[in-house]
Amino acid sequence: MVSLADYGDYVTAWCPGCGNHAILKAMKHALVSLELAPQQVLFVSGIGQAAKAPHYLNANVFNGLHGRSLPVATGAKLCNTDLKVIVESGDGCVYGEGGNHFLAAIRRNIDLTLIVHNNQVYGLTKGQASPTSEPGFVTKNQPDGVFSLPFNPVEVAIAMNAGFVARGFSGKTEHLSGLIQAAVAHTGFSLVDILQPCVSFNKVNTFGWYNQRCYILSEDYDPTDRQAAFLKASEWGDGIPLGILYKNKRPAYEDHFPFVRRGPAATRALNVPRLAKVLDSYR
Amino acid sequence: MELDSINILIGGEAGQGLVTLSQILTRGLVRAGYYIVVTQSYQSRIRGGHNSYAIRVSDREIMAPKEPVDLLIALDQNSVVLHMSELSQHGLVVVDEAISSDQHPQIVYAPFSRIAGAMFSNSVALGTISALLGLNENTIGETLRGFFDKHGAESTKENLVSFSAGYEWMIQQKSEFPKLGPPALSEGRLALNGNEAIALGAIAAGMKFFSFYPMTPATSIATTLADHATEMEFVLEQAEDEIAAINMAVGASFSGAPSMVATSGGGFALMTETVSLAGMTETPVVIVVAQRPGPSTGLPTRTEQGDLEFVLHAGHGEFPRAIFTPGDVEEAFNITGKAFHIAQKFNTPVFILTDQFLADSYRSVKPFDLDTIDPVDPCSVSDVAVNRHITYVLTHTGVSPRTFPGMSGQCVKASSSQDLVIADSDEHTPDGHLTEDLSVRISMVEKRLRKLDGIKSELARPEFLGDSEPDLLLVCWGSTKGSTIEAANRLRKTGRRVATLHFTQIWPIIGEEFVEKLKSAGKTISVESNATGQFARLIRRETGFQIEKAILRYDGLPITPEYILAGLQT
Repeated sequence: MVSLADYGDYVTAWCPGCGNHAILKAMKHALVSLELAPQQVLFVSGIGQAAKAPHYLNANVFNGLHGRSLPVATGAKLCNTDLKVIVESGDGCVYGEGGNHFLAAIRRNIDLTLIVHNNQVYGLTKGQASPTSEPGFVTKNQPDGVFSLPFNPVEVAIAMNAGFVARGFSGKTEHLSGLIQAAVAHTGFSLVDILQPCVSFNKVNTFGWYNQRCYILSEDYDPTDRQAAFLKASEWGDGIPLGILYKNKRPAYEDHFPFVRRGPAATRALNVPRLAKVLDSYR
Repeated sequence: MELDSINILIGGEAGQGLVTLSQILTRGLVRAGYYIVVTQSYQSRIRGGHNSYAIRVSDREIMAPKEPVDLLIALDQNSVVLHMSELSQHGLVVVDEAISSDQHPQIVYAPFSRIAGAMFSNSVALGTISALLGLNENTIGETLRGFFDKHGAESTKENLVSFSAGYEWMIQQKSEFPKLGPPALSEGRLALNGNEAIALGAIAAGMKFFSFYPMTPATSIATTLADHATEMEFVLEQAEDEIAAINMAVGASFSGAPSMVATSGGGFALMTETVSLAGMTETPVVIVVAQRPGPSTGLPTRTEQGDLEFVLHAGHGEFPRAIFTPGDVEEAFNITGKAFHIAQKFNTPVFILTDQFLADSYRSVKPFDLDTIDPVDPCSVSDVAVNRHITYVLTHTGVSPRTFPGMSGQCVKASSSQDLVIADSDEHTPDGHLTEDLSVRISMVEKRLRKLDGIKSELARPEFLGDSEPDLLLVCWGSTKGSTIEAANRLRKTGRRVATLHFTQIWPIIGEEFVEKLKSAGKTISVESNATGQFARLIRRETGFQIEKAILRYDGLPITPEYILAGLQT
């Protein structure tokens, strides 16, 4: 039996009231519900306040560079498919610095879960605009407000036929935990974009702001209907839908490598007779 | 008339089948038992322009390209115009009569396309060259058959018929062009270029993950590996960019797979932040940098040794690394194996610094002894489960035994959360969690840097060849090895006391091991394919010894023995 205690209880460096606390809690509950023991799970993160989350979990962790968690996770997964790989980082890290990797990971459909803490602002560097900040959002570094349009991750993911696309809100922790569970259980790439307040640097998109707008998709919503999903994903403003927006059954990327499921790469010995044959072909 | 070697140059436009023709001839010569040195010179375009493929062939051991052309096979008129001046005294040009009819005593007009039509004219040319050199018709014919069969071509028969017709035509011309002596080698040698040797060396080293983004002149490493990935059971992944490529390799290595990436200067520039990540997280990764002339896009398809200092310093912060610089194809295979072992043993990034010349240079290589193949075994160096795995446990060598996520020591499946692996790009405590405890910082910096002592104890030592206490000592690294040694050999024949010192590893270097050789020489000269003498500067920095003179080349072409000899005159 896996218990919450297995994932530890750490003192965090986050601000009181930060959405990260609830996301961490939702994650722990999801892992325990899935009966995943800490040694089966690998968290890969980048740099940012969100990227610290794996340090507050008792599990395998690779805390790499800003923006680069997806390729690290891709390499790790391809060389040990037994691992449950979860990439966890923020909107700046994943959608900004790591944008190209986000697109490529969706295209590949590698079996991992991408958890993005999306507070529409940079927290670690103290309050600059993020790729998801809305136009007009004023910061110390954007004193005239943001000029660019925001990146809508769920819309892009659905447009690219991602395997599993969900949006959660840190304020609806139980619902969020369910989304994380479903995402981790999904075979192939899964995205959970999580809206969360930043109490220090985002005075516009506050807990109240999100709480007023976020609503949970009704039970008769069909996440396999891509056209409907696309419309839902573009909804933003007075109403922001939460839930599994879209899913499909694309084969996982690992399936293209016939040998990777035969155990971790580290344990596969060199086949010397085959090497001899290969070398012979250069005669 | 007898020549110590014959330098064949095949010239033409891109898209004329020049490479196919040249590679069949290359393989045929190796199969026949000759020594070869290939120099490929091409432009950054798929069609048109001017490309050339030079094969220096000999019945005795050769290790360098040669400048004068003995036999020019011109597939277009432009090749005649461009290379006529390089023709040696006894040299010959063979050109399709359909292309040119300029009268010249050194030009032979051959009916390449008249015999077989444009489609198969290159096979006629191959037959013509083979007969001219006195090669066995059957040996080259079988090589041609093998090549086309391997590529699933349906036209093998037509090519063979055309080849034979070319061979017969040339025999009837009764040319007095010098024939090759009987081949010296009988064993089944391999025809390999530097990049193929690195690829095969990596497979033999137990590589389990390779990622790349295409970039000349590194791409053929990926192409070679792609031919064998499924059979040899390693993952090969074309990444979305070089940053992704090296981060994937780091992730794969963290998972336990010996991993490699290959790129050139510009792509490597993108990788540098992750080089530092590998240093900080103590994740082994082998990084091949195949140099081409920079800065920026530079001359994409030419050669240079301009990135030594870049690779030496790439990545922010201080961490240990090793840089290997193979001098020839056989070394490229062997040193790749060593690079994997050093990376795995010391948990740090290790470089193989090569260049376009060696990357594309085919040689006749003695088959590798499979009994001495020594792949790395990540499980054997991993931690034996004791009480609790500590990722960065402090040791006197600085090396922390590794284990991999999901596994406990010796790659046994992890059974408890005592076996967790935690790696961090932030400064971290021994158990891998980020810290701002500055006393921990000091112990971690020192731990990482201590690994350099271990790396130093396993150096590939520089090779000294020639006269002791020489009047002249030529110092070189990487691919200039062959030309430097041959230049020294030629000078020795004129009665001079000459020696060479070649470095197969340029970092770390231990001055005490070679500085006496430098001091004992009457004069020291460094030979480098760059404009500023980067290696001589490194030697000065590390040993205080100032090499007196440099022979440098930075026009994008490889350094040849003739270039060195001419440089000595100035």
